[in-house]
Amino acid sequence: MSLPKPEELARVSYQPPARGWMEVKPDFRPGTYCNAASPKWLEWIDYPYPRAWSVADEDWQLPENWKEIVLEGMEDRLARFRSLKLFFDICVRCGACADKCHFFLGTGDPKNMPVLRAELLRSVYKRYFTRLGKALGELVGARDLDESVIREWFFYLYQCTICRRCSVFCPYGIDMAEMTILGREMLASIGLNIDWALASVAQCYDKGSHIGATPQAFKDMIDFLAEENERITGIKTPVSYNRKGAEILFVTPSGDYFADPGTFTLMGYLLLFTYLDLDWTFSTYAAEGGNFGWFISHEMGKRLNAKIYHEAERLKVKWILGGECGHMWRICNQYMPTWYGQVPSFLEVPVSPITGTVFENARVHKMVHISEFTADLIRHNKLKLDPQRNAHIKLTFHDSCNTSRGMGIFEEPRYIIRNVLPEGHFFEMPPNTIREKTFCCGSSSGINANENMELRMQGGFPRANAVRYVHERYGVNHLGCICALDRATLPTLLQYWVPEVEVTGITELVGNALVFEGEIERTTDLRDRELVGVGEQEGGEEEE
Amino acid sequence: MNFAQRHITVALAAVLGLIAVAYVGVQGNLQLLFGVVVPYLALLLFFEGIIYRVIKWARSPVPFKIPTTAGQVKSLPWVPRTLGDKLDNPESKAWVIGRMALEVLAFRSLFRNTRTELVSDPKYPEKARLVHWSYKWLWLGAIAFHYAFLIIVLRHLRFFFEPTPQAIALLSEIDGFWQFFIPTFYLTDIIIVLALLYLLGRRLANANLRYLTLASDYFPLFLILGIVSTGILMRYFFKTDITAVKQLVMGLVSLKPVIPAGISPLFYVHLFLVCVLLAYFPYSKLLHAPGVFFSPTRNLPGNNRWELHVNPWNYPVKFHPYMEYEDQFRDAMYEAGIPVEKEPEAAVAEEE
Amino acid sequence: MADYKNEFGWFAPKPTVEKKIYSLKAVAVGLGIFLVVFGAPLLLNMGQVHPVPQPSLDTPAIQKLAEKERQCVEPTEWMRANHMQLLWDWREQVVRTGERYYTTSQGKKVLASLSNNCMECHSNKSQFCDQCHNYVAVAPNCWGCHLPKEQNVAKAEGK
Repeated sequence: MSLPKPEELARVSYQPPARGWMEVKPDFRPGTYCNAASPKWLEWIDYPYPRAWSVADEDWQLPENWKEIVLEGMEDRLARFRSLKLFFDICVRCGACADKCHFFLGTGDPKNMPVLRAELLRSVYKRYFTRLGKALGELVGARDLDESVIREWFFYLYQCTICRRCSVFCPYGIDMAEMTILGREMLASIGLNIDWALASVAQCYDKGSHIGATPQAFKDMIDFLAEENERITGIKTPVSYNRKGAEILFVTPSGDYFADPGTFTLMGYLLLFTYLDLDWTFSTYAAEGGNFGWFISHEMGKRLNAKIYHEAERLKVKWILGGECGHMWRICNQYMPTWYGQVPSFLEVPVSPITGTVFENARVHKMVHISEFTADLIRHNKLKLDPQRNAHIKLTFHDSCNTSRGMGIFEEPRYIIRNVLPEGHFFEMPPNTIREKTFCCGSSSGINANENMELRMQGGFPRANAVRYVHERYGVNHLGCICALDRATLPTLLQYWVPEVEVTGITELVGNALVFEGEIERTTDLRDRELVGVGEQEGGEEEE
Repeated sequence: MNFAQRHITVALAAVLGLIAVAYVGVQGNLQLLFGVVVPYLALLLFFEGIIYRVIKWARSPVPFKIPTTAGQVKSLPWVPRTLGDKLDNPESKAWVIGRMALEVLAFRSLFRNTRTELVSDPKYPEKARLVHWSYKWLWLGAIAFHYAFLIIVLRHLRFFFEPTPQAIALLSEIDGFWQFFIPTFYLTDIIIVLALLYLLGRRLANANLRYLTLASDYFPLFLILGIVSTGILMRYFFKTDITAVKQLVMGLVSLKPVIPAGISPLFYVHLFLVCVLLAYFPYSKLLHAPGVFFSPTRNLPGNNRWELHVNPWNYPVKFHPYMEYEDQFRDAMYEAGIPVEKEPEAAVAEEE
Repeated sequence: MADYKNEFGWFAPKPTVEKKIYSLKAVAVGLGIFLVVFGAPLLLNMGQVHPVPQPSLDTPAIQKLAEKERQCVEPTEWMRANHMQLLWDWREQVVRTGERYYTTSQGKKVLASLSNNCMECHSNKSQFCDQCHNYVAVAPNCWGCHLPKEQNVAKAEGK
């Protein structure tokens, strides 16, 4: 399977098929779907109906009573989630959400209009749970549940990245993300899962992080990055693991220690914490901030997330600091305290040990976002920063979907950016593609696999296209973000669409700019790239 | 017939059929049925249906506080938040009221609407560029329709109260400020027709909208168009004795129904379509009106991190507790110098 | 948690959702407002008796006429619904063409004039016109120019 050229992929046709949507069945073309989950992962996490199956198979080997399971599951979810009942009942199909979805814009498939994607589920609700639907059938958008419907759910619910862009524009706030998660729960209940997400979940459940690093491997990776810091900056950035009595437990997604360019952000964290002489510790057990579990079901999300408070309690830390991550922060913000069910009283209201700032906004949650933490430091003038060390970077900022529409953290990262970059090096993308209207990377919610690359490139097209715009116009060469999934997926996306632009975390820029006392002369950034001005005037700048 | 044609035809035929039923019925002297029985039945269905549906929604809890945050969250005191941020990401119930008011009264979210187009651009390597326009037509059409509808309903209150409240008379006067034609031409009459034609036209003209629109979407559009056009016909062209009409309506609302003479069949057609709309309301997408108040992405404050939200069915889940994890990796952790709760020897001893 | 398998009902007890109305207070307030607002016409009028307008034909001019000749320019039924249209047409006709006469559907020629024809018989505006106009809240702009006969009489009598 080879990936089409960008020029081919950008020729999107928005012409719907001639036949009605109930008759058109999904075309499982390689490159557009994720592989079926291996039974091994299901067994690890006690998930139902583990079996070896393949999406390309004629027979998906559904359990005999699959229909009953799905319908009972829907009834159960209707009883538990007012959102689902409501979203099924009140959509007027105005289509305001249609061209808001990056998958619709990228694929042109009308079933990727959120309204129609929701209709795939809604049609079953209407048929089995409403009188009008039972009586009038197709005319009110109701249809029988058969295997082809399940296939359709599987295809399209894994073409939604739970980014919530549609819900910003919906006049009633109907949230496709909510329906996607609940729909995926129903799919999981008959043993239909995707391998990429399930592998990550199982590994995280068992070992501590999505990448399945054992405690010793985790420590190795972090220690290696600390050594890298020392090599580049001459500064030792010691890390402690599972240290009881530390003030702060630091939790970050595994993307930050697994691969470039996330690792540079992690180096930034370490430099920052060392600079501040922070009393903090990593945990090898709660080693994952991200949460692929939530991409499959609310419950699996909770099963993974529960480790964080559990570990914080064991280590007797005062509060938790969270790294740069998108869906981690949506979960931390909108689910974590509710899942825990009460205020975690073993923790204290977070107070910055450097500035004394009390994070009143985390009074219940007891967890602070690294951008809030850093912005507060800069505000109080606690960091000596040399923006010139980022002079080779012309940045635009990608608001991650989850932190934008599931939390609302827009200003803090921008404040940091303005302080760590030289003046005039920061450019916003067009206003309809940032902040609450930001476009998804196209690969979130557990579909950042390799086998569905064509779909990922299509889904990321709107984002990449906006990046292309600022690249052409202002010569932007870096895309900043506060999301580890973005740092895992956007490099691939940009390599395909806008290869001139690289992806960077914000704390990486902080790490570049931090001026330590008695540091060796910095000639490169954390990526070993020469700084602007180095070699032209020997060491001149450092003496000032 | 393809999908779209089928759905359009059925909806249109249904409305035309309803018109015929009422017309024929009244010609056959079924005034009592169409003037008294059907309206009461429709009202019953309307109230019962709405209450039933609202309670049905309310019987499911809101397990998570999941507002769509469309503005800067309240964080550190110095982080700038505009009025828009405070309304689009409300920090408290008071601000939620503001957000909801804006949503319900001004269609805030629809006002955000954009239209994205793929335009070719030879300068780009991929030869194409997405352009995101601000696109307010849908908002304008929707708000024009809803407000015109509201004003028309309020104007009709002159048939429901005796004497007519001053405010209603005043509203009619303002609506008819142009003072041309007899009886006075109402601005809202033309607005609602144009808005309905726009709302219908966009569904027909846009291929993707046509693809997803169902008969149950066309039906209320045709139905309201039917109501509006019979109303306009009756007011301006085929007049009926409105004194008698008011007697009929007052009879209904005072629970002393009468069928005065001199009311034209056109009126009964108009009334019947209104009754159908009322009865259809709680069983259809028209539920968006009460529904928007329940929308968890709009009616909840974004304050999870400092105000605990309790899920009534929260239940303990099985997770991988630390001690099990340590049992799994103890030796390796110990070797790597990671602190453990139980040293390997102690753990072995315990097991024996 | 021994029997725990996963969240999907048939392996373990489903999470129980208590049967009750959640956010009862808000729902009750909302439904209350809905019922009061939408039910207002019923609530306020229920059981009440509203007098039906009785436009009075008791004027000296009409009384003078023989029973058989008490007939408007067009049939009463038609006039009830369409008199405003007739008056409007008369105004257009007289002002624009100067033609002061109107031929009725019975073929009779009558003076097309509110003051000098209609109000000859219907001199009792408050008892005739206003009865229905007030009832259905119609404010015709006739009286912007035309003086009601009643006022003329009142003026003449120096009241």
